[in-house]
Order: sequence, then C-alpha cells, then structure tokens
Amino acid sequence: MSLLAQGALLAADNTVPTGEAVTFWILAPIALGGAIGMVLARNAVHSALLLVCTMLSLGVFYVLQAGPFIGMVQIIVYTGAIMMLFLFVIMLVGRHTRDSLIEVLRGQRLAAVILGVGFAMLLGTGLARGVGSVTAKGLDEANANGNVEGIAKLLFTKYIFAFEVTSALLITAAIGAMLLAHIEKKPGEKLDQKVLSRNRFTKGNYPGPKSGPGVFATSDSVATPAILPDGTFTERSVSKVVPARELTLTEARPKATNGNKQDGEIR
Amino acid sequence: MGLDAFGHDPFWLVIIKILAVFVFLIVSTILMIWFERRVVGRMQHRPGPNRYGPFGLLQSVADALKLALKEDIMPTLADKAVYFIAPIISIMCAFTAWAVIPFGPEVSIFGVRSPLQITDVPVAVLVVLACSGLGVYGIVLGGWASGSTYPLLGALRSAAQVISYEVALGLSIVAVFMLSGSMSTSEIVMSQGENPPIQLSLLGMELNFNVPGWYAILLLPSFIIFMISMVGETNRAPFDLPEAESELVGGFHTEYSSLKFAMFFLAEYINMFTVSAMCVTLFLGGWRAPWPISIWGEANTGWWPILWFLGKVWVFMFVFVWLRGTMPRLRYDQFMRLGWKVLIPLNLVWILVVAGVRVSTQQENGTTKTLVIGGVVLLAGAVILFYPRRKQYVEPATADLGLGGFPVPPLDLKVPPSPRTKKIEATREKASVGTDSKTDTTGEEG
Repeated sequence: MSLLAQGALLAADNTVPTGEAVTFWILAPIALGGAIGMVLARNAVHSALLLVCTMLSLGVFYVLQAGPFIGMVQIIVYTGAIMMLFLFVIMLVGRHTRDSLIEVLRGQRLAAVILGVGFAMLLGTGLARGVGSVTAKGLDEANANGNVEGIAKLLFTKYIFAFEVTSALLITAAIGAMLLAHIEKKPGEKLDQKVLSRNRFTKGNYPGPKSGPGVFATSDSVATPAILPDGTFTERSVSKVVPARELTLTEARPKATNGNKQDGEIR
Repeated sequence: MGLDAFGHDPFWLVIIKILAVFVFLIVSTILMIWFERRVVGRMQHRPGPNRYGPFGLLQSVADALKLALKEDIMPTLADKAVYFIAPIISIMCAFTAWAVIPFGPEVSIFGVRSPLQITDVPVAVLVVLACSGLGVYGIVLGGWASGSTYPLLGALRSAAQVISYEVALGLSIVAVFMLSGSMSTSEIVMSQGENPPIQLSLLGMELNFNVPGWYAILLLPSFIIFMISMVGETNRAPFDLPEAESELVGGFHTEYSSLKFAMFFLAEYINMFTVSAMCVTLFLGGWRAPWPISIWGEANTGWWPILWFLGKVWVFMFVFVWLRGTMPRLRYDQFMRLGWKVLIPLNLVWILVVAGVRVSTQQENGTTKTLVIGGVVLLAGAVILFYPRRKQYVEPATADLGLGGFPVPPLDLKVPPSPRTKKIEATREKASVGTDSKTDTTGEEG
C-alpha cells in the first residue's frame, strides 16, 4: 500500500500509475458489488458484511488518493467500530431476521422513496455547488508537511468550530441514549457484589453452598441420610463406610461463621 | 533513515521479506505453545510436555499435525459461507499487522541496502490498529455463523471486550505520537534513540540533563495502560472471559475443528506476538539494544538488532504466560469497569498532562508555570481523594438464616402437575402398577 501511496504522490501529472490503476479496477467492482449486494441480500448479517466490503474498498481508495490517514480512520472507525455495533444489534435481535415483505407502516415505502430521492438531490446539488467553486490546490501543497499534519492543522484551526459542534452533537446523542436506556433504582435496591458477599459472611450465617433445589436434606453431614418424600430416611443415600446413626440436633445443625459463639446454649 | 528508505525494494526482496516474516510467525507460534506449556507446568510443579524431542520441543509439531488431520465439522445450523470465511479473516488480519513491524535498521541483503521491515507508511501504527479492529470480525462472525448458543455468547463477549480495550489501547498510544511527532513505526523507533535534553529553570536555578529516550520511562502511565489493555485485547488470562471454559465451553470457536480451529488458534497467538512487538516498538526502543549492551558501539547496527528485538518480545510472551499461571479470571462487570471507568479516564487525564507540559515547555518561564499548576492540581486531587465522605461499614445485626440455613421445601409440598403431563396421562392407557413392596427395597442394598 505504501508503494502505491507514494506512487500516487509522485504522479503530479495526469497519468495514472499502473499500480493505482490495477488496484482501482480490482476494488471498484468489489465496492460496487458490495453496495448492490447489501441492498439485495435477504439476510441482515450478509447485508452488513457486504457493506463492510464496500467500506474497506473505500478505505483503500483513500489510501490510493494519497490520503493514508483518512483511509485508515475509515477502516478503524467505520468498519472496526460502527459496523461492528450494527452486527452486534443484528445478532442480538436474532439470526433468522429476514426482510419481511409485509408493509407494517402504511405508505412507508412511498415516503422512503420520496425522502431518499430528495436527500440524494440535496446532497448532489450541495456537492456540485461546493466542488464546482473550489479550485484544487493539488497534493503537493496539501501534503506539504505530511498528510496527518495537514489534516490536523485544518481541523484544529480553520474548521475547529464545525469539529467541536460535531463532537458536541455526538456526546448529546450518547447521553440521550444512556438516559433513555437508564432504569432508575432506589439506593439499596440493587445489591452489588460487595453487599452480597458481606451478607453471606455475616455472623451466624451458613456461607457454604446450599443443597440443590428439590433435595430434602436436613444437614450438611455425609452421615445424615436423605429423606424420602414420605418422610422416612433412606439408607441408600449414605455411604457404607460411614456408620449410619441418628445425629443429635446439635450435630445436624449446619456449621456457620464464627458468630456461632453467640448462640452457645445450643452448642 | 526516514520513510524515504521504504518502497524501493526490488520485487524478489519484498517476497523474501514477506516469506521470512510468515515463517517467523509460524515457528514462533509453535515455539510459544511449547514454551507456555512448559512454563505453566513449572509454575504448577509439574513437568509439562517432555516426551517428543529434546525437552518436549516437538510436542507442538505433533499436536499441529494431529489437529490438521482431524475431521472438519460443519454444523447443520451453520451459515456455510460466513462459517468458512471467519477464520480466514482472523488469520489474514493477524498476519497483515506484521507488515509494518520494524525488526531492525538498514542492512545489506544480497547487495541491496534495505531496512529490516516489510514496509512502512506515515500511519503505520494505525494500520496495526485497523488490523486488530478487523480481526474482531473473524471472532464475531465465527461465533454467529456457528448457529449455536455458547459461541454466540462468547463472540459477543469477545467483541465487546476487544472493542472497549482497543479504545484504551489507542488512547495510550496518543502520548507516544505527541512525543515522537510521527505515526510511523520506524520513525518512532528512531526517535527513541535520542536522549532528549531537558532544561529545568526552577526558582532561578538552571538544571540541564538528558533523559533516556525510551517512552516506557518518559511515558510510564501510557506504558502501564498499554500493557494492561494489550492483555485485554488478546483475550488472555486474566481477561480470558470470551473463552471462560467454566461458563461458555470454549467461547466463539466451540463448533470449530480441524484446520479452521487451527487458524483461529494461530491468529490468537500471532495477535499476542503483534501486541508484544507493538509494545516493544512504541515503548521499549524497538530493536535498539537495552542499556548495558548499548554501550557497545556496534549494538545498533547490522543484524544484531533482530536479537534485541526478539529478546524483548519474548520477555513479553513470558509475562503473558506468567499472568496466566498466576491470576484468576476477572468477573465480566469488574473487567468492563476497569476498562471504561479506570483506564480510559486515566488515559485522557494523562494525555492532557503530556500536552500541557509539552506546550508549556516551549513557552518562556514555562517550567515554573507547569510546576505551580501541577502542584495545585495534585493538591486538589489529594484533597478530593482523601476527603472523608465514605460511610463506615456497619455490620448487620441479624444474619440471613433462611430455613435453618438450607432451602428445604416443606415435607407436605404438593407440586402441581404440569398441564402437558395431564394431557398425556389422559390420552395414555393406564398402566397396572404392582402392589408388592419389593420394588421399594431392591435399591437399598446399593
């Protein structure tokens, strides 16, 4: 990639270097095919993956156009983070999520088409006006002090206001999402790990694992036979090595933390 | 040597370099598996693999062969294409990151002067970050395409973990960018070769001294955060929650077998090498010789630097094994809290401090200003930290005893039969149950 990027840097005249042309003609069909496939794919995950293909190709195109920083940022931010979040949501929703052909909201498709065309026209005219009035300075001047430095200088001087406004917007959105997803809890309603652990080891409590649900046991001693549903003991539950005997109430009592000394009358 | 040194290699040299790195990674992984098993064995007072070859060195080769010859299973519910592609994505990203790792300075290879590095770009560190970011796709898609519950849960955990620790990882590198003024790996290594002079003018006194160039010393907080988050990034113990075998069987690759599993496995180990190499490159002077050796003038020239580089990388690999042998696994919420509430805020504050110090030292009388502001901020921080506002813990008076400490159901418990059973019983023919009491006593002998 660096070879190609430097090749692109050197190409000041209008001829396109071979490496750049080859990469373009390989990646352009992939990018376009990914975009078309994304719309046509029935499976939501496949759709997302095809979009990832397009985004990756775009990233390489940026690198080819001597913008290595924006190319890498495109790959890290768009494919690495944003599309990953999309995938997350799709996977959590379910693996058999397919497009339903039934229109749930009435007139939804018509509205989508009108808005889409409108948005495309707005974007197109805006871009045409913006690009048409700009005279290109050329790569040599733009990348004079290095690509990253050039972007940093513009971003933090000329476009600082737009940059800050965008970040404020993003933070607002993030906080809004957090507020909407937040569930209000009274203090002390949700016990955290520390509280649970302290409760477990309070004086007089039995801290060990308790017998599983459905087990009719009265003690944690191996010598205690289990109780059958009719209330009688079953000898099968006690190992032959252990002499079967009736335990006294004290012996059968579950062992507890050092708080036992308080109830000394039982011991 | 700057970025100009790259991009002039003849075609055959590029091929040789790529092949060399490929072979290096495969051999290192095989060696690492053996090393890990032996060292963990030693830490647990057992010998570890010691049958095949001297010191059991060939054990990993045997294991690899066996793995490759196993049956390749495709689950019925799997999404065939994605299931096939996931391990390939994983391993491609793992290998690609090594394209920009510097092994050494310029040497002469068959008469051609060339740096010991496949290539370098002005944004090389970002290339490595991008590769690890794309590598997550392999994990997530592998887990999803298996069409099974545990892999999906493991994949989601793994992705959440890698993404959140990548933020901490990326932020800890920012300080390095600010000091070195470059994002290219070879230039970062070069900039650590200088010993930057520091001028302190404090209360009229002039202090002039040189500080060592390694960023691990200059940017110690960044280095520590990078070390912690690189363990999280590679899903290794104590942060190996995606593969927590007691909870998730095997994590995202539960359903994988044979060569596809081998690819995931290989990618995982290569990622360990990648983050170690990145850490060495960014913070420990890359291929530059460590202090006692660097006195020798020839240490940083020719082919020697490869040795220093590999030595440093293997120290990190030992740390990975050491962590695995020592630390218990973190709980998921503790782990996420560490990443988002400790590492990232600390990182942001540290970046602010570094930027402030850098700007102020360029101004007149800047050092005094920095020290005064820093002192005030430190004092305020200490006051906030030690201000007694925490409530003392009061032990509860009564214990939560339950029913004698045991969840014992009442003996006269009547479990209502499920409606489905009722339906089945109504349609089923009545079985004649014998009335003799023998059936109850037969089992008592066992």
